[in-house]
Amino acid sequence: MDLSYSPEEAAFRDEVRGWLAANLPADIRDKVTHYRSLSKDDHLRWHKILAAKGWSVPHWPVEWGGTGWNITQRYIYDEEFGLAGAPSLAPFGPSMCASVLLRFGTPEQKQRFLPRIRDGEDFWVQGYSEPGAGSDLAALKTRAERRGDHYVINGQKIWTTLGHYGDWIFCLVRTDSSAEKRQEGISFLLMDMSTPGITVRPLILMDGGHEVNEVFFDDVKVPVENLVYEENKGWTVAKYLLGHERMGSGAVGSSKRELAALKALAARELKNGKPLLEDPRFRDRLSRVEIELDALELTSMRFLDKMRRSGQPPGADVSMLKIRGTEIQQAITELMMQAVGPLAQPFVAVEGGAVDPLVSRLAPRYFNYRKTSIYAGSNEIQRNIIAKMTLGL
Amino acid sequence: MNFEYSDEQQQLADSVRKYLANDYSFEKRKAIVHSPSGCSDAVWSTLAEMGVMAIALPEADGGFGGGAIDLMAVMEACGEALMVEPLLDQIGLAARLVARAGSAAQRAARLPGVIDGSLKLAFAGLEPGRRYELAPQATRARREGAGWVLDGEKCVVIGAPWANRLIVSARSGDIGASLFIVDARAQGIGMSPCRTVDGQRAADIKFTGVKLDADALLGPEGGALPLIDEAVDFATALLCAEAIGAMQYANDATLEYLKTRKQFGVPIASFQVLQHRMVEMYIHTEQARSMAILAASKVDTAGDAAERRRAVSAAKVKIADAARQVSQESVQLHGGMGMTEELKISHTFRRLTMIGQRFGDADHHLERYASLG
Repeated sequence: MDLSYSPEEAAFRDEVRGWLAANLPADIRDKVTHYRSLSKDDHLRWHKILAAKGWSVPHWPVEWGGTGWNITQRYIYDEEFGLAGAPSLAPFGPSMCASVLLRFGTPEQKQRFLPRIRDGEDFWVQGYSEPGAGSDLAALKTRAERRGDHYVINGQKIWTTLGHYGDWIFCLVRTDSSAEKRQEGISFLLMDMSTPGITVRPLILMDGGHEVNEVFFDDVKVPVENLVYEENKGWTVAKYLLGHERMGSGAVGSSKRELAALKALAARELKNGKPLLEDPRFRDRLSRVEIELDALELTSMRFLDKMRRSGQPPGADVSMLKIRGTEIQQAITELMMQAVGPLAQPFVAVEGGAVDPLVSRLAPRYFNYRKTSIYAGSNEIQRNIIAKMTLGL
Repeated sequence: MNFEYSDEQQQLADSVRKYLANDYSFEKRKAIVHSPSGCSDAVWSTLAEMGVMAIALPEADGGFGGGAIDLMAVMEACGEALMVEPLLDQIGLAARLVARAGSAAQRAARLPGVIDGSLKLAFAGLEPGRRYELAPQATRARREGAGWVLDGEKCVVIGAPWANRLIVSARSGDIGASLFIVDARAQGIGMSPCRTVDGQRAADIKFTGVKLDADALLGPEGGALPLIDEAVDFATALLCAEAIGAMQYANDATLEYLKTRKQFGVPIASFQVLQHRMVEMYIHTEQARSMAILAASKVDTAGDAAERRRAVSAAKVKIADAARQVSQESVQLHGGMGMTEELKISHTFRRLTMIGQRFGDADHHLERYASLG
């Protein structure tokens, strides 16, 4: 056994770290480390910097602009992003839509969409969930009726992350409501969000932030060439995407950075004249999170090693990383909020106040991070996956 | 990066596992536990023949020069079988102290017997009222002539009733901790044996004017604490691996039970509330396994004591928490059957419970972990 990275892997880590230090714009990094949201321009500006380096879509096939990195290099790349406070690219275009196009798209669709996704020309968002279809995705009702060379879309999507930035949206829609099984009769459609009839309405979350939206479709005309794969076979596409979750879902890199920030914060805050970090009650809770993160890092490395040997995708193991990774993220945000005690109360920093404005972000951030165990397949769905796939229950 | 066992490590573990599967079934274990000595000489000598005793001893002393990583898979197999022979105390503590602290003459006198299984050692470290403290207080050694005289007491010394010799930590003068090799039948030793809740044999030991020769001193007089600390960390890493084996058994048995036990006309495995609890047991075990690997790796390779201690404490916290969760849930999911003496699951519960607090419970190791930054 050898728990260390090889000299080549360590050199690769240094390369990524060095490049990030030189090329990550300070204003973007500060927004990430101060828990402020990124504008659409921030996202696309960062995307274009990565694209210029050839690093915007590492996991794609090389002929479309991928880097040819192995799974360990991709993991290191993700981890270094987290450590540096570099935002990950929103997954909807580069990871999700692109994976579908690479697997199911026609040559024309690939040529039309992939280069623009790679280069950060369009911002893509995801239209999956509906008011009555969350974890039970097959319950979706948004209809697409074929009329000549167009589909006409009517219905509603919800929880559309960064939908207000969207240039394009990929949607699951119902093309045949008479199908015997609910999973049949669903299709995968790409839509230009400037098409008449699409309305985006913000959903403000309890942290006060605008991150998710409702998207309404009112007689939206979509050309049939925007159908991916066959009509009524969208469930096949959706299932493929669900199996495409990433090894980075444990968020080890960013949690390490946040844990260091938590320790620094707890060393500054005083309780009975002594650093809160030395308070046994607080410290024990912090240490347990730190140890769980140590374990998660090693568990991730074990999975990487297994994947490297077997050449197989990670499968249900990723669900474990998602569950523990999000629990750790939530625990850190909670401890940070608790570390500042009564100072967590102001919703926005008091103008000209004595307290570091960052402190006023801690409670909203704790609120916001409750989302992590709900999104991307709730942690209960992840447990269902492990129960079925790993334990055979 | 490589998380696989080497061929040699895997072969040894496979042969130990195969042997235990045949010769250490739950029924055979029960017979051993209720035998007069509570331990099997046959099992002990077979493990010695397989080379288990020699793995972590230096090549110069006839060992294989391996470390905790080389013993991990073996300890997992022992944990799965709930082995009651004090292997951990022998190879993890007592023999390690002899190998690390002993002079050439002491090593030559004792280690061949360890390797062939004829010499059984036990480490007498714990004292009443001192919880997990490693520095001896109640046991004292004073010089007399060329030798020493030992007075004091030790408690729950695992393997003591069976041992030929004891490795005893004692305070000598005001200098600090020293180690002595003591004949377990020496004049002045009063041993009160007991059975532990998890089926092992231990003893409380009183030392009253026990006379020791000059060559009984093991290592530097007054300077043994770092040696004890290292050996206990090494043994803790092995204990973590043993816990993984026991947790794996608890999970396998519980999963099997969920799939076969029927209520309301269906296997209880179909109930989501039970599925999710089973998944948590699985995740706890995998996270604990990662930390057991880290602890074993660091006791073998850490650059300094702080790095080693930090990894071992982190691992022990995770193992204690996971062992508690997994063992409690395995009983709960077995229902009333899990409570009975008849099922191995209740014995696994007891073993995992005691593992949770041996060599320091989660609170003890959280404190040590935090003290290291």
